[in-house]
Amino acid sequence: MGNTVPSGRLRRREVVPALLADRGGLLVVAGLGAPAWDITAAGDHPRNLPLWGGMGGAAMIGLGLALAQPEQPVLVITGDGEMLMSLGALATIAVARPANLSVVVLDNEHYGETGMQPTHTGSGVDLAGMARAAGIPRVPAVATMEEVAALRGAIHERSGPLFAQVKIDAETLPLVLPPREGALLQARMRESLLGPEAHLA
Amino acid sequence: MDVAPASTDTWPDELFDLLKAYEVRQVAYVPDAGHSRLIRRCQADPGIKAISLTTEEEGIALMLGAWLGGERGVLLMQSSGVGNCINMLSLAILHRTPMPMLVTMRGDFGEFNPAQMPMGNATQAVLEAMGTVVRRADHAADVAPTAEATLRMAFNTFRPTATLIGQRVLGAKTFGKD
Repeated sequence: MGNTVPSGRLRRREVVPALLADRGGLLVVAGLGAPAWDITAAGDHPRNLPLWGGMGGAAMIGLGLALAQPEQPVLVITGDGEMLMSLGALATIAVARPANLSVVVLDNEHYGETGMQPTHTGSGVDLAGMARAAGIPRVPAVATMEEVAALRGAIHERSGPLFAQVKIDAETLPLVLPPREGALLQARMRESLLGPEAHLA
Repeated sequence: MDVAPASTDTWPDELFDLLKAYEVRQVAYVPDAGHSRLIRRCQADPGIKAISLTTEEEGIALMLGAWLGGERGVLLMQSSGVGNCINMLSLAILHRTPMPMLVTMRGDFGEFNPAQMPMGNATQAVLEAMGTVVRRADHAADVAPTAEATLRMAFNTFRPTATLIGQRVLGAKTFGKD
């Protein structure tokens, strides 16, 4: 791996495909903005829910999905700005304790969609520490591509809940847009899980 | 604080029976005296995942996740919490997700606390502004039939719906100053 960047940090479009490699039944919810473009760049999929809105909701969507589908690994990929908006969700997830839920924050320390204003994580706010303090039992440190590969394995183990904060470079990359029709995005994931019966509920 | 239903009131048990009849599997809630008996019954039922929230909009997101995974969710909250949900309700419209809400009213019939009035007075308007089908129940006998309509409209027509349980049903706490 490895086009290096001056920051020396990991690159989001290397991290995300590594997390989604050999995805099996993995269900993916991506926070709005760059994480949604990243999962789409890795290959759009019926089991992807890229969000176009509802900022602050990604982790809780993952919780509802994980509780409904305990046999499937569920991965929420979101940004530091989105996660900072819903820190209470870390406490709610820790209490609900879904073993199959992983939340991975791609932390570039900036609000990319609005012009790269700094977020609090660049000023010392430690999301992984907050997750640990909330009581999330697995909070692995991830700073290398080897650790990303290990994280991918942990996501499939379903022995969480798991939270990981991955510091990434604040690069701006070409947009790779997923479908924008929310009803389609919802229906295709339900059909993937439930079959055609999904549409007769 | 609001007031818990009297032990002789049957509507909280009727609401629980409805949640079971409509196969609701995820019940999201914030602490609430008006819903206290219903919450306890959900917590005690092994077929229901009762999810305690830190803020109400978490419940909106949770209901989308539940539906994505093939389960039905319901959100229990007070009218003040409706204000916290406004932007997150975009998800219900965008994705056409059933999101029934059972809301106990404050800032309504006989309120004592002036801080409850602004949100209580705005609750129905802001829900409707976000595309929610709202019905009110102002008498105990109307609570269950109205909640059943709210569940049916959500799950059969794929949208956010709400029953507002009026303070006339719940009573208003007056801190000893009637």
